[in-house]
Formats: sequence, structure tokens, C-alpha cells
Amino acid sequence: MKVYFNKALFIFTVFMLSFSAISSNTQDKHDNGEHGEKFNVNEMLMHHISDAHEWHLWGHKAIYLPVILIDNGSVKTFCSSHFYHGETKKVEVDGKHFHYIKGEGPASKYAMFHEKIYKLDEEGELKFHGGHPVNAKPLDFSITRNVAFMFLTVIVLLWIALSTAKSYKNGISAPKGVAKFVEPIILFVRDDIAKDNIGEEKHKKFLPLLLTMFFFIWIANLLGLIPVVGSNFTGNISVTMFLALVTLVVILFSANKNYWKHIFATPGVPLPLLVIMVPIELAGILTKPFALMVRLFANITAGHIIILALISIIFINQNIAWGALSVPMALFISILELLVAFLQAFLFTMLTALFIGMAVEDAHH
Amino acid sequence: MDLVTPQLGLLFWTGLVFLILLFLLTKFAWKPILNAVNNREAKIAEALELAEKTKQEMEALKAQNQNLLKEARAERDKLIKDAKQTANEMIEKAKQQAAEEGNKIIASAKESIESEKRAAIVELKNQMAEFSIQIAEKIVKEELSLDDKQKALAEKLVEDINLN
Repeated sequence: MKVYFNKALFIFTVFMLSFSAISSNTQDKHDNGEHGEKFNVNEMLMHHISDAHEWHLWGHKAIYLPVILIDNGSVKTFCSSHFYHGETKKVEVDGKHFHYIKGEGPASKYAMFHEKIYKLDEEGELKFHGGHPVNAKPLDFSITRNVAFMFLTVIVLLWIALSTAKSYKNGISAPKGVAKFVEPIILFVRDDIAKDNIGEEKHKKFLPLLLTMFFFIWIANLLGLIPVVGSNFTGNISVTMFLALVTLVVILFSANKNYWKHIFATPGVPLPLLVIMVPIELAGILTKPFALMVRLFANITAGHIIILALISIIFINQNIAWGALSVPMALFISILELLVAFLQAFLFTMLTALFIGMAVEDAHH
Repeated sequence: MDLVTPQLGLLFWTGLVFLILLFLLTKFAWKPILNAVNNREAKIAEALELAEKTKQEMEALKAQNQNLLKEARAERDKLIKDAKQTANEMIEKAKQQAAEEGNKIIASAKESIESEKRAAIVELKNQMAEFSIQIAEKIVKEELSLDDKQKALAEKLVEDINLN
């Protein structure tokens, strides 16, 4: 079943990928035609891997997502179409051109520049300095594309997990249906990630967290590979930062006396050396989750960039014949990304378990 | 730079959703699933242990049966041997008895034959004597009819008697 599932997912991914890349580029081309500029790979890449306030489908079709702003303590909610249908303003500062969108209707006091929302000043415009707007920013709690994608991931994950749980209701029996596929993965997380790294007695407390983490990252990685539907969610620094913070908090709150002793008074280290060792160990507390954050972010973002860049070969050369080269290559990378999706979920969970294991380890030497 | 700048909004939503997800999955998915799987594993381990135990019991039982069979066989062999011995003894005894009886019969037969024989001889002797007397009478009657002959006969008789 696993094989069929991956196969179907893969075919779907490849099909939708080429479709979405092409369709989104028709819009870029259209825009470029207006400005008489060449196809800008960098802009297209950044647009695809960054968050947005709309869910772009194809061509000029998009789902406009709700914008939620907290401005001076008051909550403002409106549809993001008030930005995307707003007026495009052009500003020239020190010989550089900037395009920003001035909101309309309920968004009339705000402007959007590179998907960031700024408050307009008294003159009703954005001021630029050093390549960035200098206007004040309201707190942006919008349901962005990544947030919406996360809701989708959660729905898929809940559906998988709950239908798995349901199949265990009729007493003890061999796994049935979706449980056949999910149970080996749950057992893999339990035996090879939790038990191996934390230990037989202590792993039970952390198992639900590790399972949630693994499945959340894995499903998000896989769904993120599907064009139009997917988003660079696990390749967003905010997401990986939160997941790494969870790891950090769990480590700090579950760490025992032995762990702190190893940091502040490493056994067998002479006192003068501790002056150097203690800051290093303290930094080590932070570098562990930091490495987790960067690893997941960089791997997933890189995967998206490679696929998009390979598809871009066709549009840079303005010749469909290049598809003979770029499509097989993008295909190959897509298969690789299916592996990376699992691998990164596994690594994040495994390292989290390893760090927790180090924090709860009993003194035995 | 935008790429590595965290967004507050996304951070907030991710945190909120992840924590809710953690709670929901723990309560409604991971705990029931892990409980079921653990129960099943315990059951399987128990069943395997029972099977192993039963196997050992069967083996012991088999060994016991084998022993019983062996004993029974030995018993049977002994019984057969005893019976054979007894039979042989009986036959031997019967033979001996028969021989003795036979000898006794033969002996008594011999004895009776001997006595019969003796009786027959006595009778024969008596008959012979009678015949001899009758013959002698006849001859004497005839011889006595003539003198010469009487004389000769007497002489001859005397001679015969002497010879006897």
C-alpha cells in the first residue's frame, strides 16, 4: 500500500509541479511583458518559497486569505483581496525603483510591500530608506498561505491518525486498513527513535510529542511537494523555529540534576578549565535546537528551489525543447525530495529524542 | 534576508495549532493506538510463552510415554521368558513322568510275560508228560502183545531212560 501511495503521490506531484510552475510563470511573463523585462528567476523563486497573503492557484486565479492585524491594541480583519486588487504605487529612491501595493476599502490605511504589511504615513504613502520601508508595521497575525497550508496538514494528519485509532476499537487483532500503513511507522518512532535514544523506562512520557513532531513534519513535507496545494511550510524559518523551541523547552524542563552537573561542573575537568567549558556548554544548549531549526529550514527550502530552478531553465531559454532536459531532472529531484521529506522528519525527531535522552540520562560513570 | 526573518504571525499560529494538535493526537490517537499495540504485544508474548511451555510439557510427556513403553516392553519380554521357562519345565516334567510310566508298564508287561511264559512251559511239560504216557501206553500195549518184542522194548526203554 505504501508503494502505491508514494507512486500516486509522486505522479501527482510531478504532474502538478510542472503545471503550477508553468501557470505561475505565464503570469510572470505577462507582468514582464508589461514592463519589458526579462524573466526574473530570482523573483519567481522567492515568490514561491516565501509566505503570502493569498493562495495562488493558476494564472490570475487565487484564493484570498483573511488578514488579521493588531494595530495599537485594536484588531482589524479583512480579506487580502483588498491588497491584491489595490493600487500599485511606484517610488524611486536613490535611483532604485520600488513597487508597493496600497490597500483599498478596509485596508486603505495599510500598504503591502513584498508580502509585508506597513502602516501608511500621514501623506498616505510608504517611505523607503536603504531598500526597506521605514513605516511602522502592525502586528500581522494573518491566516497566510503557510497557516492555511498548516490547517490542511492538520486535517490530513488528524484524519490519518484518528482513522488509525478507530481500527483498534474492535479488540486485539492484526492492523487493518490505514493502520496497516501507519502502525509500522508508529512502531518505528517508538522503537528506533524513542526507546533507542531515551531508554526503556523514560521514553513513554515523550512518545506522544515525538510522534506528533514526526508525523507533523513528515506530512507537511510531503504535502508541501504538491504544487498548487503545497507550500514551503516546513522550509519556513518561523515554523522550524517553533519546532526547535519545543525541543529546547522540553529539554530544559525535563533535564535532571545530572545534566546540569555536566554543564556547570563537568566531572573530571579541572577548575580553571571550567571557565572556558561552562560558556561552551551553555552555548551548546542553544546550538542544538538552532541546528535543528536551520537543518529543516535549509533542506526543505533547498529542495523547493532546486525543482523550481530546473523548471525555470525552460523559461530562461524561452524554448519548450529545454523541457527534455529540465523535466527529467526535476523528476529525479522530486523523487529525491520524497526521501528527503521522510529523512528530515526522522532526523528532527531522532535528534530531539537524542537530546532529551541526554537530558534525562542517569549518572552511571 | 526575508527568508531567515521569522514572522510573528506564522510563529504564533504554528505554536497554537501544534499544541492543539499535540493534545488532540495524544488523547485520541497515540494513547489508544499505543495501548492497543502494547496490549497486543503483551498478548503475543504471552501466547508465545504458553506455546513454549506447552511444547516443553509435551516433550516431557513424550519422554514419559517412551519410558512407560520401554518398561511395558521389558515386562512383556520377562513374562514371555517366564512362560517359556515354565512351559519347558512342564514339558520336561511330563516327559520324565511319561518315561517313568512307560518303564513301569514295560516292566510289569515283562513280568507278566515271564509268568505267562512260565505257566505255558509248565503246562507244556504237563501235556508232554501226558502225551508221553499215552504214547508209552500205546507202545507198551503193542509190545506186550509179543514176547520178543516185549523184551526188546523193555531193553530199549531201559536204554532210553538211561539216555534220558
